Amino acid sequence: MHIMEGFLPPLHAAAWTAAVAPFVIAGAVRLRRIVREKPEARLLLGASGAFAFLLSALKLPSVTGSCSHPTGTGLGAALFGPSVMTLMATIVLLFQALLLAHGGLTTLGANVFSMGIVGPWVAWAMVRGGGAVGLSVPVRVFLAAFLGDLATYVTTALQLGLAFPDPATGFAGASVKFLSIFAVTQVPLAVVEGLLTVAVVNWLSRHSADDLRLLAEMRGEEKETGHAA
Amino acid sequence: MLRDNRIVLGLAAAIVLLPLVMPWDEKPEFGGSDDKASGVIAEVKPGYAPWWEPLWEPPSKEIESLLFAAQAAAGAGLLGYYAGRRSRRREDEAGRTALRRERDARP
Repeated sequence: MHIMEGFLPPLHAAAWTAAVAPFVIAGAVRLRRIVREKPEARLLLGASGAFAFLLSALKLPSVTGSCSHPTGTGLGAALFGPSVMTLMATIVLLFQALLLAHGGLTTLGANVFSMGIVGPWVAWAMVRGGGAVGLSVPVRVFLAAFLGDLATYVTTALQLGLAFPDPATGFAGASVKFLSIFAVTQVPLAVVEGLLTVAVVNWLSRHSADDLRLLAEMRGEEKETGHAA
Repeated sequence: MLRDNRIVLGLAAAIVLLPLVMPWDEKPEFGGSDDKASGVIAEVKPGYAPWWEPLWEPPSKEIESLLFAAQAAAGAGLLGYYAGRRSRRREDEAGRTALRRERDARP
């Protein structure tokens, strides 16, 4: 899903950067608040970031004959809410842009939008929505990570379609071409991300009851004070 | 089924391995989808040249894979640290309970 350095026209690059800036700042503010008010949550917070770091480094083969990588942002979004993962994704993308020449500084905004905002928010909405309709925790977590991963790649395809409309078929035609690369390749990988995220949550529910209680407590306090995620 | 990690992880491994072992009509390259996307850009807008270059690029594929491995290792290391801390605490508690029982059992 990395849009490579210099591959978005300057106007697009600037617009995406401006669009994501408030989300990144909100993520940093929220992270600071969690660390200050619930220092016990730091370790799990670090583990959530580590999961994104690990999964986004793994380029996996897909049945389309191409390779791509999962995002790892669904876990943290399900546990801590989406905005913390906006910051984590920004750190991952910055690391890869500077040291791996994957993605780039001019395309950082667009990449943060897909991996750090759309993915985590979709995952978080799925966890909450799935609870409302009575899905079990593992099913909700699976769907959250699966759909968050897929939504990230669909977003990348649409961003490229917007920047490079097909001369004959326009935005729609170009988007279909980009979707056929990104979204189709990603389906099995998104399933893998869903399964790995479920495995971590299964492990947490067996070994980290205290941490999960802490998260439930944080959600309860937010409801009382009216703070959004 | 989703609650049993042996099944969950086994399934994930099978999905990753499937493309490598399944029969292909034409042997695939397993290149990156990001590179394929730049192919489409060249097709839709011939002659588009990136207007900005990466500040630094890994000098070779080997160095690149080293850095990817370092990224994965950092993530896995911290996850392992978390897992170790959390399961250790349970063992500590179990050990303390056993010691207490032993002490209480003494006359």
